[in-house]
Amino acid sequence: MSEPAETPQAPLVLVVDDVAHGREIFAEYLEFRGFRVATAADGLEALDKAFELLPDVILMDLSLPGLDGWEATRRLKSDERTKTIPIIALTAHALASAHDKAKAAGCDSVVTKPCIPRDLETEVRRQLAARSERS
Amino acid sequence: MARVAPFTATPQVRGGVGSRARLALVDALLAEQEVRPCAVLTLRWLARHAGIERGLCAVVESETGRLVGLTGLGLSLASVDAFSLDLNDRMHPLVVTLAASEPVAFSGAVPGSEAGQGMRQPVDTPLGSDPFYAVPLGGPGESGDIGPGLLLVDAVDSAAEEDIRWAAEVLGVRLQSLWFRRSQVDERRYKREQSWLFGVINAVTDPILLTDSEGRILVANAGAEMLLTADDQKSEGRRRAVALNNMLFSASIFTSSSGGGPTRHELLLVDPTEGQDLLFEVMSTPVKIRAGETGTVSVLRNVTDLRRATDEIEEQYRKLRFAEAETRAERDRLDLILNSALDPILVTDPSGNIVLMNPPAERMFTVAPGDKIAEAERRVRANDAVFTSFVSGLYASQSLRWRGELSLIEPRSGATVPVEAISGKVLSKHGEDTAVVTILHDLTEAVEKQRLYEQVKRHSEELREKVREATAELAEQNELLRRQAFQLEQASAAKSQFLANVSHELRTPLNAIIGYTHLLLEGVSGELSRPQSEKLGRLESNARHLLSVINDLLDLARIESGKMPVQLERVVLQELIHEVMTEVEALIDGTRLTVTRHISDEVPEIHTDRQKVKQIVLNLLSNALKFTPQGSVSIRLDYEPEKEWISVSVADTGIGISEENQKTIFEAFQQADSSYARRQGGTGLGLTICRRLASILDGQITLISRLGEGSTFTLVLPRQPRET
Repeated sequence: MSEPAETPQAPLVLVVDDVAHGREIFAEYLEFRGFRVATAADGLEALDKAFELLPDVILMDLSLPGLDGWEATRRLKSDERTKTIPIIALTAHALASAHDKAKAAGCDSVVTKPCIPRDLETEVRRQLAARSERS
Repeated sequence: MARVAPFTATPQVRGGVGSRARLALVDALLAEQEVRPCAVLTLRWLARHAGIERGLCAVVESETGRLVGLTGLGLSLASVDAFSLDLNDRMHPLVVTLAASEPVAFSGAVPGSEAGQGMRQPVDTPLGSDPFYAVPLGGPGESGDIGPGLLLVDAVDSAAEEDIRWAAEVLGVRLQSLWFRRSQVDERRYKREQSWLFGVINAVTDPILLTDSEGRILVANAGAEMLLTADDQKSEGRRRAVALNNMLFSASIFTSSSGGGPTRHELLLVDPTEGQDLLFEVMSTPVKIRAGETGTVSVLRNVTDLRRATDEIEEQYRKLRFAEAETRAERDRLDLILNSALDPILVTDPSGNIVLMNPPAERMFTVAPGDKIAEAERRVRANDAVFTSFVSGLYASQSLRWRGELSLIEPRSGATVPVEAISGKVLSKHGEDTAVVTILHDLTEAVEKQRLYEQVKRHSEELREKVREATAELAEQNELLRRQAFQLEQASAAKSQFLANVSHELRTPLNAIIGYTHLLLEGVSGELSRPQSEKLGRLESNARHLLSVINDLLDLARIESGKMPVQLERVVLQELIHEVMTEVEALIDGTRLTVTRHISDEVPEIHTDRQKVKQIVLNLLSNALKFTPQGSVSIRLDYEPEKEWISVSVADTGIGISEENQKTIFEAFQQADSSYARRQGGTGLGLTICRRLASILDGQITLISRLGEGSTFTLVLPRQPRET
């Protein structure tokens, strides 16, 4: 990063999942690993949190009640404020079509559930590095 | 023979003949215009008045230079004509006498007696052996030194001598007078005739020549002069041509005049004016041109045109003969064709009469010997009627061809013969009908064939109907099958959907299990005791196995529902194998196996789905490592250029697979040794998925194995899948 951080803060990850244990596992592990974490349980909440907090990475479960993950991703990627935030899709759908759909909506990568939390951390760090390279 | 005493030169008039008688002779002689009668008159007068009994009048013939007999008295005509004396024999007594002016007395020739002493031979005359007088005729002869002739008379007494001398005198004068006149007349006539003659020979266009014995030209008409003479004014070419012609002509005269009579030969000369060759037919006739010399009259007829015409006629004739031969040959050929045709062929004239038939036609339209005459004739007449009516139809119509089917009767057997008749008009140059040629074709066989055809057709129809029914039934079955297939497809899709849903519903809780286990193992919730860590480790391991089972099931479901996407790209297999080896390094480390690689450098890049190939190779290698307790595992990469196949073989010295199990090893959930496999963490779906994936990439997986000795799995891939 080019700009000098006055108070060097850990990256903020927004974890979006309608299933409580899903949110808890990834949030707890990422915090344990030194990230700052915010959570959202549905699409609308995810949008609010994203615009409010402008996280460094968003983990987006796709099957959400109400506004689903794909739609939320599209909105975030079409907004000037949030369009550069990497979005990692999380899905229990292992079919390639689900992956393609996620990429089409604007997700930067797709991780299939179940996934080992350490693997997810690896992906988050990868996306952060990629973003810093872009900016 | 003794010479008698010579006449005395002095005439002795002895009475006898009076002046009146002499006057009568003179009158008679003057009245006579011809020579011979004058001589006759004189001899007769002497017979009457001088008493001579035999006498001969001989005259000089200046043309021949001889003394010849003119007329005689009391002598045979033959002896008179035979008398001839050469005047060149100057010592001959009679020739001497001719030059004398006085009569000479001779003794006659005595046959068998020799000449007297010092005397000449006796003179042989028509008067024979009797003594005679030779009296020169009066007047000078033409040649001057000799007289015009002699009178020979038998011996008379001297009284008559005077009369004889007188008569000889008178006769000589008269004869000379006649000769003189005649010579003048002859000269004129000769000239006239000569001019006529020249006119005639000049009027003849054929060259005519008279040549002497040495070939010199004596007479030539205009035509001959044109060919054979040239004066100095003429051109050099013409002179040369003429010289050549002369040589040719002389040569031909000499060669042809060997025989005595007229000859005929051909002679090639040059036209001196035009220069072209002229062919002449030369007719040469020998003629006497003067005493002792024979010349040749040659008439040349120009046969150049004649020869040309003859040649032309011969050529025409030859051509005619040739054409005739050709025509005959043509006709023979035609006959041969007609006769060798198996179908009856007939030619009819415009009246409908048959003018030509070949043998097959004759069999139908004539009665052959040995037939039952009456019946056969009736049948032939019937055939004739049928045929004539058919042909008349063509004559009546405007068309040139006519086709019909007739029913004829075989004259011998009476069998009905259906025939196809095809007639064609033969037209003259002016478009008139001259003949009709008809060919009949026996349809018996065709009719039979038609019957068989109908039968076959009927059977065929029946068959077709049956096939149609069967087809309809089949279509129905197909439809049924299609519907079933559709239902199956739907069922299959439902199954896939179900599996996908099941997978999703399984993954969510599994995510929690794996996630929490991981959190605990990572110490997120604080330190764990050793037994707790061990138990959580087993939990995680089982959860992972469950996850791989779920993943495999999902793969299988995707493959079976045809939803497995294929992403083709350039793949370097050497690199891919290296990657796989790296990934299984940990696994290898956990064994005591010797792992070797044999990578051929010849293997080219291939076009395929990298992820799927990697999945297959990884699976095969993992299996080999899992199912080989000891020994070695080797991986080979080869290329077969002819078939453009790439093969990846994984060989082990493991437990191997029985023949029985080799048949089912690729089926889902089949493991050769279930308990062992489970211990090794296999799902039982790996080989099934591998084989399906290989098939999607147009490849295949083969297996060679023996129980207890090891296995070799080989993935074979094309350089490029059939469809991209």
